[in-house]
Amino acid sequence: MLVNFVSYIVQGTAITLAVTLIALPFGLVFGLTLALLHTYGGKVLNRLAALYSLFMRGVPPIVLLFILYFILSGRLLNLSAFWAGSLSLGIVSSAYQMEILRGALLAVGGGQMTAARAVGMSRLQSIRYIILPQALRIAIPPWSNEASIVLKDSSLVYALGVPEILRRAQQLSATTQQPFLAYGTAALIYFLLVFATNRALDYLSARTQLPTHP
Amino acid sequence: MPDPILEARSLTKIYGQNVIFKDINIKVTEGETIVIIGPSGTGKSTLLRCMNLLTGVDGGQVFLDGKEITAKGYNEDEVRQHIGMVFQNFLLFNHLTALGNVMIGLTKVKKMPREQAKEKAMEELKRVGLADRADHYPGQLSGGQQQRVAIARALAMDPRVMLFDEPTSALDPELIGEVLGVMEKLARDHMTMLVVTHEMGFAREVADRIIFMEKGSIVEEGAPDDLFDHPQHNRTREFLWKITELYGKKEKEKAGKS
Amino acid sequence: MSGFIVFFARFLPELLRGAGLTILLTAEGLAAGFILGLLSALARVYGDKFWRGLAVGYIELFRGTPLLVQLFLIYYGLPGLGITLSRGLSAFLALGLNSGAYQAEYLRGSIIAIGDGQMMAGRSIGMSRWKTIWYVILPQALRLAIPAWSNEPVSLLKSTAVVFLIAVPELMAKAKSIAAETYDPIGTYLAVAIVYLAVVYLLDAFLRRVERLSRIPGFETEGKKA
Repeated sequence: MLVNFVSYIVQGTAITLAVTLIALPFGLVFGLTLALLHTYGGKVLNRLAALYSLFMRGVPPIVLLFILYFILSGRLLNLSAFWAGSLSLGIVSSAYQMEILRGALLAVGGGQMTAARAVGMSRLQSIRYIILPQALRIAIPPWSNEASIVLKDSSLVYALGVPEILRRAQQLSATTQQPFLAYGTAALIYFLLVFATNRALDYLSARTQLPTHP
Repeated sequence: MPDPILEARSLTKIYGQNVIFKDINIKVTEGETIVIIGPSGTGKSTLLRCMNLLTGVDGGQVFLDGKEITAKGYNEDEVRQHIGMVFQNFLLFNHLTALGNVMIGLTKVKKMPREQAKEKAMEELKRVGLADRADHYPGQLSGGQQQRVAIARALAMDPRVMLFDEPTSALDPELIGEVLGVMEKLARDHMTMLVVTHEMGFAREVADRIIFMEKGSIVEEGAPDDLFDHPQHNRTREFLWKITELYGKKEKEKAGKS
Repeated sequence: MSGFIVFFARFLPELLRGAGLTILLTAEGLAAGFILGLLSALARVYGDKFWRGLAVGYIELFRGTPLLVQLFLIYYGLPGLGITLSRGLSAFLALGLNSGAYQAEYLRGSIIAIGDGQMMAGRSIGMSRWKTIWYVILPQALRLAIPAWSNEPVSLLKSTAVVFLIAVPELMAKAKSIAAETYDPIGTYLAVAIVYLAVVYLLDAFLRRVERLSRIPGFETEGKKA
């Protein structure tokens, strides 16, 4: 019985991690693209990106999850609940990541761009070799926060029937008749995952720090 | 010889490995103005804060009107109603107007009725020359004005003795005069004052006694003329020479201007 | 477009009822969270080891786990210990406890920012520690916290959507039942998304008004004099 319990939980944890590990990078790529389009893309793209951000951040994630899920798992794309859920989570996160990266790009400042152009770099080269390396470093702390949030929001795919930790906990609660133990374990696992993620990202932040004046 | 209002006996303060000051003895009698001078970082500010129990002491005692306030179980809050303090960076309550700042001790600590507190607060503001700024917020006042409000706030509690912790060090030069003016007036009205300052002109003109402190102990003390004209210790002579060179020029300029 | 108008004409009363409950849940959760958050922040800044530890434990637990898990733990898990709570109460507790943990961090930050200079000044005129906290520190800290804190009501409003999973009849729950009726999930949820946007917009405008009204002349949140 205990073996069942543990294996059930482990499978759930694996799914949760998988969902997060699909959503986060997807959100990063998408969000970064949007941030660059917003900052460097001219008036129209700026407005569009801004509207996207406003919409995606003004609506509860679970509502967006449902909308995107029905679109992605519909007749057109026919993705599984797992993939529809994970990608939806990524799309939702992209709006928040866009804001984080936009802030980082702003923090690096126009001066850096000017200096880069002055050495003869094209706009694209400036962004790639000068702006981004600095911006990404600056973005790490707020991005770590977002990573935690995505990990926690992955629990929302429960509502789509994906067998992640919470869904497993529910099933366990039914079979063992120990609801507090089942849900308590789910909470504990999330807690450990979030804790580990924060630690890992703090380490990353420290390792990528640019040396400052001693 | 009347009992001193405020007395420190063998006061010692240690922070980690550092001895901030050791075996300090100070007596402040009624109506006296005592000025403490000395190089920065010699614990003068900490000393003042020990006198009104904002900071704990590691040795020695403090007496207010003959009663030991450093004794265990003594109500610190009560004690601080009788010792006024003015800080280097004013520390006005930013969310209250000048009048509000002066009133709050009266209404919340002394439990005075509002109307009475308002009257008294306005009196104190008049005393420091800021009655017309009563409804201004600290953010709308200059540094000199803020410090004068801070003085009024402390005075409103009718303290037995006023402690001044480098009251003009954070002020722009043009604003120092207005604060020193208020302090001079207080001294002339026989307020008992213990002042830490770099303003040698003030020390020379207003102090009844000057204490020179260095490296955590009192090197020399005496009447201003004695200390300035006939310093007994080399260190005192060196320090005063250095300072008056610097400030003497400012004094001459100020005298020249007025 | 006309489809939307027909939709809203038909379902507006129901959506409004749901929105009303959503707003109520937000307000309740915010208030409870504020009290919990303030107490935790005070415990962390001024409390002794025991209270500090308690506060940190609470904050770490509720910020380190998803709201949905907390909700289920309270509604489905507690009965296992003999404590059975209604859906409304469970939702309220989960939202309040969750929000409180986040509010604690905002409030703690601004209490610390006000600084011990103000504490010293208050004590120098004879105020006790608690009097100084109440009359000097908090009035300033709470104002200072408003810009950062303004994120919380909006964030909380969005989180209330998950409580439909324990059948609390707020806006999202209405969306689900309407979607079942219309067989048009995408359209329904999009319409509901727009309702949420409207509510968020109003809330945001309201908060900005509050911020403007609470400004102290000369005391901006960006920098303080002296």
